[in-house]
Amino acid sequence: MKYTIQINEGPYTHQASDSAYLFTKAALESGHEIFRVFFYHDGVNNATRLTTPPQDDRNIVTRWSALAEKHDLDMVVCVAAAQRRGIADADESRRNGKDADNLAPGFRISGLGQLIEGGIQSDRLIVFGD
Amino acid sequence: MLHIVNKSPFEKNSLESSISVAADGSAVLMIEDGVYGVLKGSRVEEMVKGAMGSLKIYALGPDVEARGIADKVMDGITLVDYNGFVALTTEHDKVQSWL
Amino acid sequence: MSTKRFLYVNRKAPYGTVYALESLEVVLIGAAFEQDVRLLFMDDGVFQIAKNQKTDGIETKNFSPTYSALGDYDITKIYVDKQSLEERGLTVDDLIPLTYEDEDDDWAEKDSIILIDRNDVKTLMEESEVLLSF
Repeated sequence: MKYTIQINEGPYTHQASDSAYLFTKAALESGHEIFRVFFYHDGVNNATRLTTPPQDDRNIVTRWSALAEKHDLDMVVCVAAAQRRGIADADESRRNGKDADNLAPGFRISGLGQLIEGGIQSDRLIVFGD
Repeated sequence: MLHIVNKSPFEKNSLESSISVAADGSAVLMIEDGVYGVLKGSRVEEMVKGAMGSLKIYALGPDVEARGIADKVMDGITLVDYNGFVALTTEHDKVQSWL
Repeated sequence: MSTKRFLYVNRKAPYGTVYALESLEVVLIGAAFEQDVRLLFMDDGVFQIAKNQKTDGIETKNFSPTYSALGDYDITKIYVDKQSLEERGLTVDDLIPLTYEDEDDDWAEKDSIILIDRNDVKTLMEESEVLLSF
């Protein structure tokens, strides 16, 4: 089965990113394919490399990066939501005249069309949110 | 269809709404704070038990355990782990998340 | 590209959270993909299309006029759950009159809003293939 996963909330405040991560991991371990993981609304905040969470708890950002690397996942951060919330890669940063960028490894910034395409191309679209 | 509910029934009406539109043979899976819908002796027990006649009701075991309510689950609820969650999404042809 | 039946499920009020605005943005971008799109407004989502939204006092953009443009994006099936309106003391007259121009009927202006009961919501969901929630 081919999945697109939509994540609407950022790290720690809501459980959505955790649930999505554990679901995605289980799906991959069961032999399913993840077409795309799409981060929308505050979900884009899962993609900042500037978090320093306490060491005795899970590191939500780096474990997404690690999962992406292990399974060659396509993790997309919505450009419009990212611009609103200050998540940017080097290109976006330069384009918008900002003095820094913060996108974590394994994530890429793209448009909402990627979510719709995910819905069209996948067998299942699962939304994790608040 | 698989209906996923992640809100406590004491906080929001998501569980009630999902049950009201779930077609016969559908499944409702409670996850995150939605697992508080499993509570024996609560004011939602009747609604959930009533739904069991036409729907299969599941709860995500890890979320139940996390919240310390594993010994308070009403009869008739099937606990699943994340592998079971994945299996439910393959058994049903589509998924609606009640946020 | 294949055509699927998309259902956008809107259950949250506007302004208190961003979901109403950002879900509308998905609808508009999604329109370019020429899928079979329906919108459902249910629970507090019915407030998204309430008339008379005036947001100057909260210094936030009033995005409700955008709903009136949905017809131009070929979004012509906008379902509103009757029970949700009734619970909130509203009727269809409290909603923005959303319309579209039917090109198969000499561009006659028609209502996009379809009032449905819970049984119809059940059917609408069962008939959809991709369900997006915000």
